[in-house]
Amino acid sequence: MATTALRREMGEVSPTRRRVMGLLFLVAGFGIWFLFSRGVGAADLTTFGMTPGGTDATIGDLIFPARSTLNITAFLCVALGGYQLARGFGKYTNLILGVVALGFLFGFLAWAAAGKSVNVAGLLSSSLVKAVPLTLGALSGILAERSGIVNIAIEGQMLAAAMMGSIIGSVTGNGWLGLLAAICTGGLLGWLLGWLSIRYRTDQIVVGTVINIFATGLTSYISSKFLQPYQHLNNAPIFPRVPLPLLSDIPFFGTLLFNHNVFVYAMYILLVVLTIALFSTKWGLRQRSVGEHPRAADTLGINVYRTQYMGVILSGMVAGVAGGYFTLGSVGRFDEVMTAGRGFIALAAMIFGNWMPFGTFGAGLIFGFADSLAAKFSILGVNIPSEFMLMAPYIATMVVLAGVVGKVQAPAAEGEPYVKEG
Amino acid sequence: MTEEKKTKKAAEILVEELTKTPTNGTWLQRVGQSMLIPVLAVISGLFLGAVFIILTSEDVYAAFGRSIGQGLGASFQIVWESYSALFTGSLGDPAKISAALQSGDGEAIRRAFNPFFESLVASTPYIFGGLALALGFRAGVFNIGAEGQVFVGAIFAAYAGYAIQGLPAIIHIPLALAAGALGGAIWGFIPGWLKAKTGGHEVINTIMMNYVAFRLSEWLLAGPMKRPDSFNPISPTIAESAMLPRFFGYPIRFHLGFFIALLAAWFVYWFLFKTTWGFNLRTVGANPSAAKYAGINVTRYMVLGMTLSGALAGLAGTNEVLGLNHNLALAFYSGYGFDSIALALLGNNHPIGVVLAALLFGTMRNGATRMQVAAGIPIDIISILQAVILIFIAAPAIIRTIFRLKEREDVGGVRMVSGWGGN
Repeated sequence: MATTALRREMGEVSPTRRRVMGLLFLVAGFGIWFLFSRGVGAADLTTFGMTPGGTDATIGDLIFPARSTLNITAFLCVALGGYQLARGFGKYTNLILGVVALGFLFGFLAWAAAGKSVNVAGLLSSSLVKAVPLTLGALSGILAERSGIVNIAIEGQMLAAAMMGSIIGSVTGNGWLGLLAAICTGGLLGWLLGWLSIRYRTDQIVVGTVINIFATGLTSYISSKFLQPYQHLNNAPIFPRVPLPLLSDIPFFGTLLFNHNVFVYAMYILLVVLTIALFSTKWGLRQRSVGEHPRAADTLGINVYRTQYMGVILSGMVAGVAGGYFTLGSVGRFDEVMTAGRGFIALAAMIFGNWMPFGTFGAGLIFGFADSLAAKFSILGVNIPSEFMLMAPYIATMVVLAGVVGKVQAPAAEGEPYVKEG
Repeated sequence: MTEEKKTKKAAEILVEELTKTPTNGTWLQRVGQSMLIPVLAVISGLFLGAVFIILTSEDVYAAFGRSIGQGLGASFQIVWESYSALFTGSLGDPAKISAALQSGDGEAIRRAFNPFFESLVASTPYIFGGLALALGFRAGVFNIGAEGQVFVGAIFAAYAGYAIQGLPAIIHIPLALAAGALGGAIWGFIPGWLKAKTGGHEVINTIMMNYVAFRLSEWLLAGPMKRPDSFNPISPTIAESAMLPRFFGYPIRFHLGFFIALLAAWFVYWFLFKTTWGFNLRTVGANPSAAKYAGINVTRYMVLGMTLSGALAGLAGTNEVLGLNHNLALAFYSGYGFDSIALALLGNNHPIGVVLAALLFGTMRNGATRMQVAAGIPIDIISILQAVILIFIAAPAIIRTIFRLKEREDVGGVRMVSGWGGN
């Protein structure tokens, strides 16, 4: 254990892992050549559309010869694999893994769109939008788990918040009040999770499951008893798209990243704020120390229970924002079980991102991309069932959790109720 | 005391704990003792459910607007209507039953008794699911992915049901059942194995496996397993020889699955409490480090626990395919996986308790359908009741506070798992 920590500290990679990674890069390289490059005609051209939907073109489409580009990509991956096997990239291994993965995806797209065109910008844009609830949900998970409480109830918190957001938004006609209601609902359910697992020391996963069952039952009940007969209770305003001044004028990336509604910006802000708050402030140090070693934190005079309550309530509030996205940020009405398991996928994104805010954003983007890409399969005429693409994020999460691609590190005292001595 | 001595001591206490025959009180007292909290939880749940029904009824508000007396009357009436509909919907209407018996008409009698049998039908998958979770908990694993195992079990059973033709029922039914159990077992084995080998927590892995199972069934029903003459994602109808026989004529759907479920409960009881494997499994679940000291292969029993748990969950899906639907249709949520957690806890992780809890939940769910029609209470009230009951079971301290019971040593409530970040 100690040596592992030391290795991590020094940015070293164990020899086995170095070799596994090297082989993985090689496999990716040969895969690109074998699966994709040989499958396209010598003269085929691939067109990548570079205009996110709904806006004017800022840069031209990307057109390139498919086969030679694929061959170059394959060669690069093989070269990276060779270097990794021979010398190793050390602490940059994960970065290179990302590069190779991107290369493979690029290869896949270039192959699938050979002789045709695929709107890559549209794909990226929809990935970003799909990443919003996942990332927000994962941030919610981070907030709770960093203070040692497992929040498996993100799904239920999002669902209840989505409904309250829609109802209050519809009644008042004001989206901001709806969002506030959503945040309060999430916070309340977060407090419930905390109360039962801190005060009564109930198993946190059981409490989480209970909240999920409760939220599903309650929202479906209210939906069929009130929202369906009285439609005006379920007709909330939708937050409009607001291009950010200056930033949205950046070619390509501006329209891609900075021409969205308030939920996307809230996600950006939360990402930055949480990263700073958790890792560079006294507050964050306290939250994390309670999640790692509550006894030690207690000895140092930190109020463990209060810290944990803060963690779960904030967690619930962020889940509330994520829930608000479903109604106020996207369709403007609540439907039964509309979160469709995204709370659990958010949990996966949290683990995939190694309990780090920007890590979970990356995971959210990957999951969102897989989702968007699967929808394009039939248009592109790829003869792989799109369901397998949709399975990929879940399998990838299991692989990450198994430690094949480097070890994730959960807060050490997670899930254990803390009993104060004396 | 050194670490080793501590573990040794723990092992001794544990073995004593697991093998001793309870001596305090008579048999009846002990049963009463263990039933106390669940029964109080159910009563409290029904009470809170009544409060909830009153709070969400427009009639009650209107009546309170007229006078307090009328408001109270209306509150009482809506609760009475709802719960009596729940009762007649789940067990049968006494008036109808006696009328049907007097008329002597076969179908009328069957119709009158149908609600009762429908409750048993609804309870059957709950028994399997609750047993699955209970067995997992006994082995110290939290199989939150019973949902996915239900799906895979159903897929396997449906395939065995329609792809094989021309077998006699006496062979085909056990074969299809085994196929379903196998499907669930595979889906349980994978996260169990991952936990044993890599320390990846089964809670997150089984949740991931749920989604893989949904996508798998989506793909299978869109392509390889799709009914050739249909545009809908539905599998062919299974062979008649694979259908679980029904005992009464139309409209009663009561079928052999119920007795298979009882048999499974008996098997789980026998396995857990009468075999060495079961003893080892419980030891691993109760205290893994003590079990390790006692020379038990802890990881093997965790894998075994997950696999058997998966097999039982798979049978829940199998039961629905072979006994009721006779085909596999695309669905994304059966609810059995998560409800089963409640059942296992309500049944105190004991097969007999699980069967009773499953009968209660099945009955309530069946009656709720009638409640929806008769009193306009959405069926989702059952999920709310379930959640409330589960809270009271999981945090007995709350029940003890409400009913002013004496504290026992188990104040901490149930606790199955800790964090899931690997070892």
